[in-house]
Amino acid sequence: MMAQTDSSETPLLEVLNLRVEFPTRRGTLVAVDDISFDIKPGEVLGVVGESGAGKSLTGTAVINLLEPPGRIAGGEVRLKGQRIDNLPQEKLRHIRGRQIGMVFQDPLTSLNPLYTVGYQLEETIRTHMNMSEGQARKRGIELLSEVGISAPQDRIDQYPHQFSGGMRQRIVIALAVCANPSLIIADEPTTALDVSIQAQIIDLLKRLCHEQGTAVMLITHDMGVIAETADRVAVMYAGRLAEVGPVQNVIKQPYHPYTKGLMGAIPTVGQKLERLTQIDGAMPRLTEIPSGCAFHPRCPKAFDRCDTERPDPIAVEESKVACWLYDDARVLSGETEQ
Amino acid sequence: MTDVLQDKRPSVQPSGPLVSVQGMSKYFDVSPPFLTRVLQGRPRRALRAVDDVSFDIPHGSTFSLVGESGCGKSTVARLLVGLYQPTQGEIYFDGSAVSQLKTRRHLADFQRRIQIIFQDPYASLNPRWRVRDIIAEPVRTHRLLPEGAALRKRVAELLDHVGFSNKDGEKYPHEFSGGQRQRISIARALAGDPEFLVCDEPTSALDVSVQAQILNLMKDLQKELGLTYLFISHDLAVVSHISDYLGVMYLGRLVESGTASDIFNDPQHPYTRMLLDAIPDLEMSGRKRIPVAGEVPSPMAPPAGCHFHPRCPFADARCREEIPGITESKNVRVRCHAVEEGRLTPEVLAEAAAART
Amino acid sequence: MGASQSNSQQGPLNSRQGQAGASEEAPHGRLHRIFDSDIWHSFSHSPITVLSAIITLLFFLAAIFAPLIAPYTPFQAGSLHLMDGFTPPFEQGMSGNFYVFGTDDQGRDVFSAIIYGARISLLVGFCAVLFAMVLGVTLGLIAGYRGGWVDTVIMRIADVQLSFPAILVALLIFGLAKAMIPRDYQENMAIYVLIISIGLSDWVQYARTVRGTTMVEKNREYVQAARVIGVRPAVILFRHVLPNVMGSVLVIATIGLALAIIAEATLSFLGVGVPPTTPSLGTLIRIGNDFLFSGEWWITIFPGIALIMLALSVNLLGDWLRDALNPKLR
Repeated sequence: MMAQTDSSETPLLEVLNLRVEFPTRRGTLVAVDDISFDIKPGEVLGVVGESGAGKSLTGTAVINLLEPPGRIAGGEVRLKGQRIDNLPQEKLRHIRGRQIGMVFQDPLTSLNPLYTVGYQLEETIRTHMNMSEGQARKRGIELLSEVGISAPQDRIDQYPHQFSGGMRQRIVIALAVCANPSLIIADEPTTALDVSIQAQIIDLLKRLCHEQGTAVMLITHDMGVIAETADRVAVMYAGRLAEVGPVQNVIKQPYHPYTKGLMGAIPTVGQKLERLTQIDGAMPRLTEIPSGCAFHPRCPKAFDRCDTERPDPIAVEESKVACWLYDDARVLSGETEQ
Repeated sequence: MTDVLQDKRPSVQPSGPLVSVQGMSKYFDVSPPFLTRVLQGRPRRALRAVDDVSFDIPHGSTFSLVGESGCGKSTVARLLVGLYQPTQGEIYFDGSAVSQLKTRRHLADFQRRIQIIFQDPYASLNPRWRVRDIIAEPVRTHRLLPEGAALRKRVAELLDHVGFSNKDGEKYPHEFSGGQRQRISIARALAGDPEFLVCDEPTSALDVSVQAQILNLMKDLQKELGLTYLFISHDLAVVSHISDYLGVMYLGRLVESGTASDIFNDPQHPYTRMLLDAIPDLEMSGRKRIPVAGEVPSPMAPPAGCHFHPRCPFADARCREEIPGITESKNVRVRCHAVEEGRLTPEVLAEAAAART
Repeated sequence: MGASQSNSQQGPLNSRQGQAGASEEAPHGRLHRIFDSDIWHSFSHSPITVLSAIITLLFFLAAIFAPLIAPYTPFQAGSLHLMDGFTPPFEQGMSGNFYVFGTDDQGRDVFSAIIYGARISLLVGFCAVLFAMVLGVTLGLIAGYRGGWVDTVIMRIADVQLSFPAILVALLIFGLAKAMIPRDYQENMAIYVLIISIGLSDWVQYARTVRGTTMVEKNREYVQAARVIGVRPAVILFRHVLPNVMGSVLVIATIGLALAIIAEATLSFLGVGVPPTTPSLGTLIRIGNDFLFSGEWWITIFPGIALIMLALSVNLLGDWLRDALNPKLR
């Protein structure tokens, strides 16, 4: 793959040519197809895409939590330069939680309803850090107050069902950050929440990660959340990366025709348009991914080559775009670099 | 009813609104079971899902209801189409009170003229029916057309209208994607040639690119057929795109209503202000969105007085005790003591905004 | 689509594949679609299920074409050779006739008796299941859709009935009917009484399942949409809700068929079932039982094996059907 253009910092997480497959009796479905990206320390990488784009699978593949029959069929995942995709599950379990924290869409899947919030926090803290019971409890109370739960010394002994949805998501975030991980994978952390609560959770996630220097892989379908939170954005389509670049570029001047269509399709307050830009058709099913560029049947700018050849990510300014429209640009930038 | 899809707008616009809701309330009985009540001495309890809501929807316009979960907006949708009966108040449709529709003929006529589109495109179509039968259901139920060629032609017209070929009518719902199913729902809703469509979060389950297709289709149909919409959503950006009029609900009460442009340009109620502040900023103007403090209380035990007072930075003693009445302020109708008393001067608002950031 | 990593993801993923195959321009027609479906796949990959299906099918064919298949007509008194009585299996009787499974005291061919007996057993089982199904599904639909006191009354009756063993309920109804029907008609009416008593003892299962599914389905948007359109409740129940509850009903009916056959055999074994002139498998076992200890084991053992094989295969088929129709177990 291509070298990062501003590689002053070594990446925290590197994903190289990752491929996730689902063998079925009618052949193998490729849900994540040859994608590469990296996350620098302290950086927020937004991964966006519509349903079926494979963004959640990418997140679960990074921490190797794929449910069978899904499996990583190729590529590498490196954390701080060390391969983690081929580690045995016991070692991975230590990495998850200690070095990589996780926040999922439904807070109830991450919390055990049978134990108090305090017990779950203390257990996680003591698994990953060398602390006594008393210290762990003290740290747990600190964390709860940090994520904005009032009267934490009382509420720490309550069960998950005694908290509201927004509060539960705060507790999940507390669990994710309790061992000071260097990376948090947040999969649709605000999708199940009300608009006003969404803003609170996004604020919290941003503040905590900023304070602790934690990097975030933020998986969401909501461009608004990305615009407010991410430093860089990866746009996925049909299991492939369409475009990766700084958030300003992707949101304001997207290169890939899919991203352009996506941005035009989002209504904005105060901008009274008669019609929204629409991309006709729908994301292809995994069984019928088109040849060449997967987006070409819906693409207004498709030409012959799109039908036959699959585009590799091409560097355009600070972004990488998988689109043949920018093939000339690759030659130019390649020359200038040399 | 030949060429039913042609422009049906009456040549002379009637003066009154198509739909008028007056003081409508819906209470649900959420009491514990009889035995528990007797044995544990617990009282009956009522959940006020919709509490004294009034609004008008003029012919050919779109009225949107926004609010967070539990605010009662979906209950309003179901009340309007007759799935629930209001506990209090009255709905007027085209000038006549809906509760007074007694004869079978009047009721059937009302049912034909008012239709609903639901949020979940997977649950709203019977999985065992072919698409053409799904679309023909309103026509068959009201015997609008005889079986045979006329009905087939009508179904083909409807399919074409929402962007399908006639052949697609032979398929079953599972062969379509979410957005396509939502278009089938729209075709079914249009089959009886209605005037009023209630759309209960029609795009919330869809991806943005598909959402744009549906919103565009809805706008096109409104223009062509002169439809009137009640649009329910929690997404303010979508609402601002599609609405002419807007109502903001909070825990069963309509706290602000007026034209969409008035409310978006100059929101009056503190809750509306906060909702607008909470919209993610896609323009990347650097504006920081200001989260609303606190969470929506349980509708089972709403706060006394103004329901919003625990989260409101401008609340005072009166807000905690007295239910605010409706005040007219700058063209919009607001339920807020602070607005009524003129307490929300620009200086106060600026100060509050500064305090929260 | 397959993006999120939840537990239920694999099922939809597979079924979507099936749909993709079905939604092609269909150059292969209906038959191909059946053989390409997930149900067929799970069927053909389960040898026990295939075997059960073959055995069940053989029983059905034998029962339907009994007069063509059975070597003898065991219940026409004139055709019997009394001297062939108690011929052991695989032996020739004194009349020179060959009997695979031997004969009983009156020289009846046990093999032919089994074929005719299976006919009665299956007939009673089938009709009883049909009766229980129609009654249970109707009551379940009404209880689930109407709710309130109607639901309470129907389900309390069901609860009361469930607290007695089904066979006891059947016995009770059978006894009642016997007391009410004049003696002259009893012989002819016995089979109908049997069907109704077994059916009445078995409707509760259908009613419970259908009620539960109906309560879920009636709140789904497609039913609400039909209500808004103005479709009458009866039409909603039978055209919208019923097709969507039939899957689970089919599963219960298949397992119910096995149970009904056993219930019929039990009643006949107790002597309250079909008369000995038109014996079912249960009647054959009872008759044979008298000779079991005098050494003529074949008279009761072969009908017994036949009954076990039939009930077991039908039951296994039902088990498979339940798993195949349940996306969560796939």
